[in-house]
Amino acid sequence: MIEIGYYPGCALHGSSNDYEASVQACMKALGVRLNELDDWICCGATAAHSMNHMLSVALPARNLGIAERDGIDEVFAPCPMCSMELIKANRAITASPSLRAQIAEIVELPVEGKTEVINLIQVFERVGLEAIRAAVKKPLGHIQAACYYGCLLTRPPKVLEFDDAEQPSLMEGILEAIGASTVEWNYKTECCGAGMTMAREETIIDLAGKILDNAAAHGANCLVAACPMCHVNLDMKQADIARARGASRGLTVYYLSDLVGLALGLSPEELAINRHFVVRDLDAAPATSEA
Amino acid sequence: MASQHATDDRFAGMSLDECYQCGKCTAGCPMAAAMDVVPNQIFRLAQLGKLERAARSQAIWLCVSCFTCTARCPKSVDCVGIIDALREMSLEKGWVAPELQRVRLFQQAFLDNIRKNGRINEVELIQRFKLSGFLNDFSVPLLMKDAMLAPKLMQRGKFHVFGEKVKDRDIVRRIFDRCQPQAVASGATEKEAVS
Repeated sequence: MIEIGYYPGCALHGSSNDYEASVQACMKALGVRLNELDDWICCGATAAHSMNHMLSVALPARNLGIAERDGIDEVFAPCPMCSMELIKANRAITASPSLRAQIAEIVELPVEGKTEVINLIQVFERVGLEAIRAAVKKPLGHIQAACYYGCLLTRPPKVLEFDDAEQPSLMEGILEAIGASTVEWNYKTECCGAGMTMAREETIIDLAGKILDNAAAHGANCLVAACPMCHVNLDMKQADIARARGASRGLTVYYLSDLVGLALGLSPEELAINRHFVVRDLDAAPATSEA
Repeated sequence: MASQHATDDRFAGMSLDECYQCGKCTAGCPMAAAMDVVPNQIFRLAQLGKLERAARSQAIWLCVSCFTCTARCPKSVDCVGIIDALREMSLEKGWVAPELQRVRLFQQAFLDNIRKNGRINEVELIQRFKLSGFLNDFSVPLLMKDAMLAPKLMQRGKFHVFGEKVKDRDIVRRIFDRCQPQAVASGATEKEAVS
């Protein structure tokens, strides 16, 4: 039994609750116990770092302070925006004693910046690829996935120090362990348009559209993501993208935990895959899809 | 208009002076094609102290903060940090490009929502954004956009009318108040607010 702190973030407690269901079901099946941080607050996301620098350190730092106060050394944040902001705050605080003192006053908690913050891929690595391989009940031989990392799993690399920022491959390693194959493609670290979904839809149509096109052109029958925002832009917006770009497509976008969960024998309902926008029956060989 | 050289404090620690105009930031930028002033030009303007021109650009609010420029810069310039500082400046001075007001309004609605609830309430955020967007440019399509999304979200159990709130919302407000630029400037800080 692995026990780990858990920072779900706003998206997973909002419309990306399918990701939360998937993560929870998958972790339970792997014997990972998630202890949610007490009264966590929003990390501030892009809004804070683009409008108020101090706030972009203070909001994540409050959560780091909560973890430290409650003796939680390691926190799993399934949203890469959250994990990046938490790690960035950790780095800023450990690098500057004066900032550390100032932040402690602002957030009303001492924050040493010692909490280890990890993403979904790292949780699977903590469990161990061999343990996952041994637990597979239904190898996913029919999956031919384009692994999509997006921006904030690997960038900025000097802050995150995770995988290779240009050619990441850790997600492919996990898929290999569950019997799925992956494709080589060009857009695995390109941006999907991120938080522009509401404010400037044409950004999403363009950027997420190119990602879907490139994945399909390289023979992928699905995309795999580990980010709630990427999933919104690639799954929920897929019908709008298809309409605007004059292409009809139905590329299923899985969360990484969906595929691991399916391989462990969980049902699509337990993983909330049936609540995605583009849904494809995994067990039906020739794919029919609905965008 | 004397142009001051780049040692403006708001760029402290960002290695702005290191930029030698190789253009790698612009080459990898997913938004460069839509920008009026591309990333390497933004950094040159900042080096030359032409901050108003940089802060009035559409480019800084078109930036999606994907960090590709920061990741690839051979001189380790904190490219996104510089753009963030320019965005803050454009807010302070009222220089946000008129074409990009909606992006600013969305980000503002996002922060206001955190301040109020401690966590994002998506329904409130969208209502607030649409209202402020409508008051800004009277766009009816903006108000109506995605109206058909609500039932689809409901059908999937993804629509939460009553979003979550943290228990201790007072601490969230205190954090916001202490991070206001004036409050920050009065303390000993890493990144002083500059007039």
